[in-house]
Amino acid sequence: MNKRDARVGILFALPWILGFMIFTIYPLLASLFFSFTNYSVLRPPAMVGAANYVDLAHDGVFWKSLSNTFLYAIGAVPLSAVIAIILAMLLNTKVKGMAVYRTIFFLPSLVPMVALATLFLWIFNGDYGLLNVAFKVVHITPPNWLGDPAWTKWTLILITMWGSGQAMIIYLAGLQDVPVSLYEAADLDGATFWSKTKNVTLPMISPVILFNVIMGMIGSFQVFAIPYVMFPDGAPARATYFYTMYLFDNAFKYQRMGYASAMGWVMFLITVILTLAAMKFSERHVHYEGG
Amino acid sequence: MSITTTDAKGDLETDPNASKPQGFRRNKTLFIALTHITLIVLSVTFFMPFLWMLVTSIKPIKETMTNPPTWIPSQLLWHNYPDAITYDSKELGYLPFPTYARNTLIITLLSVAGAVTSNSLVAYSFARIKWPGRDLFFALTLATMTIPFPVLMVPVFSLFRWIGWVGSFKPLWVPAFFANAFSIFLLRQFFKTIPMELSEAAKIDGCSELRIFLDVIAPLSKPALSVVALFTFMGAWNDFLGPLIYLVDQHTFTLSLGLQAYQSQHGGTQWNLLMAASVIVVAPVILVFFFAQKVFIQGIATSGLK
Repeated sequence: MNKRDARVGILFALPWILGFMIFTIYPLLASLFFSFTNYSVLRPPAMVGAANYVDLAHDGVFWKSLSNTFLYAIGAVPLSAVIAIILAMLLNTKVKGMAVYRTIFFLPSLVPMVALATLFLWIFNGDYGLLNVAFKVVHITPPNWLGDPAWTKWTLILITMWGSGQAMIIYLAGLQDVPVSLYEAADLDGATFWSKTKNVTLPMISPVILFNVIMGMIGSFQVFAIPYVMFPDGAPARATYFYTMYLFDNAFKYQRMGYASAMGWVMFLITVILTLAAMKFSERHVHYEGG
Repeated sequence: MSITTTDAKGDLETDPNASKPQGFRRNKTLFIALTHITLIVLSVTFFMPFLWMLVTSIKPIKETMTNPPTWIPSQLLWHNYPDAITYDSKELGYLPFPTYARNTLIITLLSVAGAVTSNSLVAYSFARIKWPGRDLFFALTLATMTIPFPVLMVPVFSLFRWIGWVGSFKPLWVPAFFANAFSIFLLRQFFKTIPMELSEAAKIDGCSELRIFLDVIAPLSKPALSVVALFTFMGAWNDFLGPLIYLVDQHTFTLSLGLQAYQSQHGGTQWNLLMAASVIVVAPVILVFFFAQKVFIQGIATSGLK
């Protein structure tokens, strides 16, 4: 490590050193500061102590949006993970037409969220929606996908499943990294498909699973575009009014930026706790090569 | 969901039938057939909404809202496509599609250019140049991946408002030039797989780090660079929250924002044209993915996301 190397190295890393300071550390600390103030674009921040946090604790809409988000995450994260892993394993069997299948599964991830939301608004429509027609063919009364607060979250979770393609690609890459020799050894021992999956495949891709589950959790806390378009204000009954929607409304609709910042910090703490919990859990369950 | 794992090489169960070659081969054929059937069923499920979008885009307007819906249009209205593009916005207040497309393209291309340049330089530094504090800073960089964007949203908005960029495209593409943790990580993993001897040989020939980066490392890293380019492209192309926060004037709207504005104002009218517009928006991305997917997946695989 010499001086010239150090200078060149820091010079190369400069875009990120600046990006890290300007777009990560500064906003993180500034939002902590703002969270203790009354602040909008119209007036400068005025200190109010912990008032925003106290208000949050008594804000029914806040709790509603938080529990909505948790329920959505509990449904969407594991389901997407399972579907993405199944898709990736199917594609990894080297069947003919792999490129076509891969594109089809990835297709919904390529469709802009707003276009996807518009499309699904229509497919789930109670009167002339494609899905309800399919239900009627098999003589089952379809649920009111878009109008019944008990169902709207499930509708969103179902739609999220269509986006499993993105995680699938990452799992597929992980599967392709599993040494063929492990499978050959298992075959020699006469291992069945299930035992190979349980003892070779899943352990070998467990770090990828951990990564995807953590990113999926953080991602579901940011769910915004699809519910914003499909269910304005989380209607009906705020059943699909999610955390980021309420945060956005506080910041840009009600001009309560201090309050929105407090919500931001609560969100940050929740994701930190969940990430640490996932990593703690993974210590016993995730297999790292050579470790 | 449980992550089941202990030791990868540990106790593999023995299948008593495996020693019989006849049964084994029959099982294998059955297995391949089952895989194909599952794949086809799933493909239909994944493709259905998209097919519906395609079908609707060439339907006459009155057939877009029939009960039950029809799969085969009575006539194929290909002119829905030029109609969707050339629709006069002043007359009907309809989606000024070409303007939105141009805006989206400008933001997306600038973001891709910014992300590829900045992230590759930074990742090169993390992977192949030694400097004090590098590894600690890299660990911090990885930790920032867990910070959700909404946490940073208010101060970043205030910052751009203070500079006077709100209402312009700049808040949407300038940050791309300052790199991001995920892309840095992906590229760094890839760069580390390239033997150091290549760099050392070039150094003996008197090449600077920038030369080595441009002439040796970058050409070898096309798969990883294409992953960063495609992820950035998709992110910028599909972004909704960013344009919603920063863009004020209708003429600066992106496709996503324009579609949303149209949808909220007009509800379910002109579905056929809306779908035709959506198909035009989506088609280039799908084509790029279809032809680049091999390089793309190879890029993710070699960077070993773990």
